[in-house]
Amino acid sequence: MRFAAGFRHGVHPPERKELTSAVPVRRMPFPEEIVLPLRQHAGKPAIPIVRPGDRVERGDTVAEADGWMSVPIHASSAGTVESIDWWPHPDGSVAEAVVLSVDRYSPQVPRPRIVPRWQGLSPQGVVEAVRKAGVVGLGGAAFPTHVKLLPPEGIEVSTLIVNAAECEPYLTTDHRIMVEYAERVQFGIRVMMHALGVERTVIGVENNKPDAIEALEATLPDDLDVKVRSVRVKYPQGYEKMLIKTLLDRSVPAGKLPMHVGVVVQNVGSIAAIAEVFETGLPLIERVVTVTGPGVARPSNLIVPVGTKLRDALEFCGGLVGDVTEIVFGGPMMGASQPDLDAPILKGTTGVVILTREESRPRQRYPCIQCGTCLDSCPMFLNPSLLGQLAQVGRYEAMGEAHLADCVLCGCCSYVCPSNIPLSQMFALSKAALRKLETQAA
Amino acid sequence: MDDIRLHLTPSPHLKSPVSTPRIMWNVTGSLVPVVGVAIYYFGPSALLLLTAATLGAVLTERAFSPEKSLGDGSAVITGVLLGLILPPGLPLWMAFVGGAFAIGFGKLIFGGLGQNIFNPALLGRAFLQAAFPAALTTWPGAPGSWWELRGGNLALPFMSPPETDALTSPTPLGLMKFESTPTESWDLMIGNTGGSLGETAGLVILFCGGYLAVKNYLNWRIPVSILGTVVIFSGLLFLLDATRYPSPLFALFSGGMMLGAMYMATDPVTSPVTNAGAWIFGFGIGFLVVAIRSWGGLPEGVMYAILLMNALVPFINRATQPSPFGERIVEGAEA
Repeated sequence: MRFAAGFRHGVHPPERKELTSAVPVRRMPFPEEIVLPLRQHAGKPAIPIVRPGDRVERGDTVAEADGWMSVPIHASSAGTVESIDWWPHPDGSVAEAVVLSVDRYSPQVPRPRIVPRWQGLSPQGVVEAVRKAGVVGLGGAAFPTHVKLLPPEGIEVSTLIVNAAECEPYLTTDHRIMVEYAERVQFGIRVMMHALGVERTVIGVENNKPDAIEALEATLPDDLDVKVRSVRVKYPQGYEKMLIKTLLDRSVPAGKLPMHVGVVVQNVGSIAAIAEVFETGLPLIERVVTVTGPGVARPSNLIVPVGTKLRDALEFCGGLVGDVTEIVFGGPMMGASQPDLDAPILKGTTGVVILTREESRPRQRYPCIQCGTCLDSCPMFLNPSLLGQLAQVGRYEAMGEAHLADCVLCGCCSYVCPSNIPLSQMFALSKAALRKLETQAA
Repeated sequence: MDDIRLHLTPSPHLKSPVSTPRIMWNVTGSLVPVVGVAIYYFGPSALLLLTAATLGAVLTERAFSPEKSLGDGSAVITGVLLGLILPPGLPLWMAFVGGAFAIGFGKLIFGGLGQNIFNPALLGRAFLQAAFPAALTTWPGAPGSWWELRGGNLALPFMSPPETDALTSPTPLGLMKFESTPTESWDLMIGNTGGSLGETAGLVILFCGGYLAVKNYLNWRIPVSILGTVVIFSGLLFLLDATRYPSPLFALFSGGMMLGAMYMATDPVTSPVTNAGAWIFGFGIGFLVVAIRSWGGLPEGVMYAILLMNALVPFINRATQPSPFGERIVEGAEA
């Protein structure tokens, strides 16, 4: 194991992982109702193939993929389709969702394998099986995994990077998966290397997870070139371009994907999920999620059926305590606050962070004093100070020229800004405004 | 659980504890030793002048700023810094006017905090120097006792200051400029010389500025590049002709050099936003200070050097924009 210094800039917020980093993963019982939005992945929403009143078993397809940039959605429990209706989506919008009434008396046993065994499958066969199983990136972005596994013509991929940085504060989902399911991670890597046809794999783990590094090193396969590398604790170490820079010292060109420098990056949770899919024969219908923060009675790492409502997960963790003001899906740096307790936990939900007034009190905004701290924090080497001033006066084209497109909305600039200017929010809105201007011009 | 009222805020949901008022009040707090030294050397005059300049700044901010912006602390800093660069015998009303001008015309007229081009305290000093050239270049000599006021502090507005009994003591820079007489280095470092209230004790200022740099409340590149340039440039001149040009140590610890490098040039609003720009900015100031002191008509050049470089900051910023991650790479070069 070698220690990698890493990318430049970035921030180091308090880690707060001690709440759950030593808490073993527990399986949560099935809730009464499950909500499965048709859009749980980057790309086109799935198309429902069930009707209200239909009986489904655990693992049955409830919605088919709509084209290549889409994945199917499966029932995470046996039950009856209650409705297919608009439902608040955790990203803040509304989306169509299949609502299941869970059959409390079903043994929930898997029927004959839905996903074939991997032995003997060709790389294309593996990709097809992964696609059918509805696997997406479980690190937050929910990018369909099969799309990453089939690079377009003319692009040579030589290295698989396993993203186990888990740089967001509070979250311990990937940490616990590595500690408790190291063998499964190694099996997932084997399957992925086969599908991609790559020779070498590098696992990047932030050095605040020594037990995870130990577990992975103890289970390294003898016949494959897999290395574990400890990387510095720094946000956003887990952003794929930064992790590639840290581990391989390669810079992905602006506007390009990791595959353009010969790399495919997969989150370690997704890799474990792929392994599990081939082990059990069931599609992706559950995931590990950290429910944590100062506002929950028993911070936990849970295996939950996809579509479990926030309310049910919280109840299982002993409910809320203290002066809870905000509940975030995902990590506190990039996650989205939830308006109510009926929000469903999706394939891409890495964690649920319950914040109290202490952490989320509103702060007074001051004028920009041009201190330049944001420039020193931006991992993409942008000028957030300038972009912020342009955003304030609506000069979106000028923002485009100042490389707004390269902004990844990691939130470092907002985090450090002493004047409490909501820079990354302004950039998210400006990106949308600029896209609109560009489509109008076209 | 259902009666809970959840807030919706944009990400990130964590925030670093450093805030603009915290920076401002830390800078103000770090000046306490400097103010202490000023009072030690110049007695009640120092306290009165600092109070007058600060009152001028704060009252103007209070009267004309549309927002409740006193709490951000920037007006107090401007007032105290202005007070520290005034001669000890200045009439109090002039200090008050200087403070009012610094905030009114140095900051508010541009749109308030973050919008001004020039360092407000230095602009206030430049205004006073233009309006009252005699009063600003009068350096009263040592009085009989610590309690005695230096010079014409109590002169009434728009009256000629009472004739002081010509007991003026020249500043080290004046001595150097007009009589080619250097001052003892140790006296310079601990401030045992004539000069403006808070500029004399270079070592104390260096220590206070160092504290701010360690806490990351100022960009250390600016003082490092200013002082480095001054040492190299004045060192070269000193090697050329040690009788005409002062030693680098003298250049560092005389006049407003330390206070300027640590507290004036590092004002975030009027210094470059990029780190590359900070190096250029500091180099320009250091070069101009030595040039003005060596070949200009004035003994001191720190104020004009910083104000001139302030004016160039927008251009420096434009010339030193960072290159985004992955933008410089030729496609396929690394694949």
